[in-house]
Amino acid sequence: MSTVSELKDATADFLERAGALTRFSSRLLWITPAGFLRPRLLAQQVYNAGALSLAIIMISGLFVGMVMGLQGHDLLARIGSEESLGTGAALTLLKELGPVVTALLFAGRAGTALASEIGLMRATDQLTAMEIMAVDPMKRVVLPRFLGGVISMPLLTGIFVMVSIFGVQLIGVQYFGIDRGQFWSEMRSYVELSDVSEGLIKGLVFGVACSLIAVFEGYNAEPTAEGVGRATTRTVVVSAVATLVLDYIVTALLL
Amino acid sequence: MRKNRAIDVSTGLFVLLGIAAIVFLVTQISNREFTSHGNAYKVVARYENVGGLKVGAPVKVAGVTIGRVEDIGYDMTVFKAVVTIDIDTRYDQIPNDSYFNIFTAGLLGGQYIGIETGGSEDYLKDGDQIEFVQNAIVLENLISKYLFGQAIKETPPGQAPAAATGSPADAGNK
Repeated sequence: MSTVSELKDATADFLERAGALTRFSSRLLWITPAGFLRPRLLAQQVYNAGALSLAIIMISGLFVGMVMGLQGHDLLARIGSEESLGTGAALTLLKELGPVVTALLFAGRAGTALASEIGLMRATDQLTAMEIMAVDPMKRVVLPRFLGGVISMPLLTGIFVMVSIFGVQLIGVQYFGIDRGQFWSEMRSYVELSDVSEGLIKGLVFGVACSLIAVFEGYNAEPTAEGVGRATTRTVVVSAVATLVLDYIVTALLL
Repeated sequence: MRKNRAIDVSTGLFVLLGIAAIVFLVTQISNREFTSHGNAYKVVARYENVGGLKVGAPVKVAGVTIGRVEDIGYDMTVFKAVVTIDIDTRYDQIPNDSYFNIFTAGLLGGQYIGIETGGSEDYLKDGDQIEFVQNAIVLENLISKYLFGQAIKETPPGQAPAAATGSPADAGNK
């Protein structure tokens, strides 16, 4: 009996959150143009979401690329076509690994920061104070953070892919001695412009999803220390799952 | 105020780095590098069969890439494929009786156009039609030629490939 009612509660809870997210995102979409009227706030949030994530993105990118170099070379050496390493690595990174890993790192680094910051504002009644002063917290707090994340993600994806291709090159060319010219020219002759744009579109889609989830969870956090902690955890979990599900959908649409 | 400036500077750096990365991916990783120069002249070659030749495939002379396939179309009046080729203007002294052959890189690799220079005193210029071409070698035709050639002539295995690959244009070059 209690299991049934728990299940019922959980379902109602889920539906309520889904409804709240829909309402929240349509409100956000409606006021989006206003976000660009305050470039100062926007730049500040591009700094928070993007520039501060740069170190983790570049270091992770380098090592992802180097591992791909090792594994890719091992695989390709078995079938005797090591010079395809550049092509394989570039396509994998551009189309899948780059956007997805960047989104996961972004959710962990910037998403949690956004959620806990807004959640703490909620817990310390700063958002209510703004409302009393007739300042819309959606416009003043939520929107610039959301847009900052959306702008940062494609740029971070591009940087991630560039650094990891450098990492692949480091292992493939410098360590295993694949011919440099062959490595680059094979890559160039097989990678199309559409592959690059696919990666950037994914970066943008994941950026919208992860930023939306982060600001939503923060804004609707329970105003307690525990509630803020829970909102932060949920940001990472929901962002990761949403990224992987969206990845499938976008890939199916673009192929 | 100082802190604000530092934030602005690093935001700017981040955005510039991001845009530079995207530009790098678009220009260096994907295959656009030749057409971006823009200094090219066009010649047109007609083939009976272009095989797996694609737009963007390299055009090589003596193994050096000097151009790209710009467009591939089909001419209904002569029933031939029309291949428009961009050649870098730095290479403007290619004899106009040169052979434009479609080759395959490696056994199963991508196809490219290889130029075998002729002996004419006149050079190719923009808009010229190529007179001498050799069609793409289709692997299936080659295999069937090899099999049937061997069955009919019963030549020893060592000589069979030479006899099988000898298409008319090929024989003329060798």
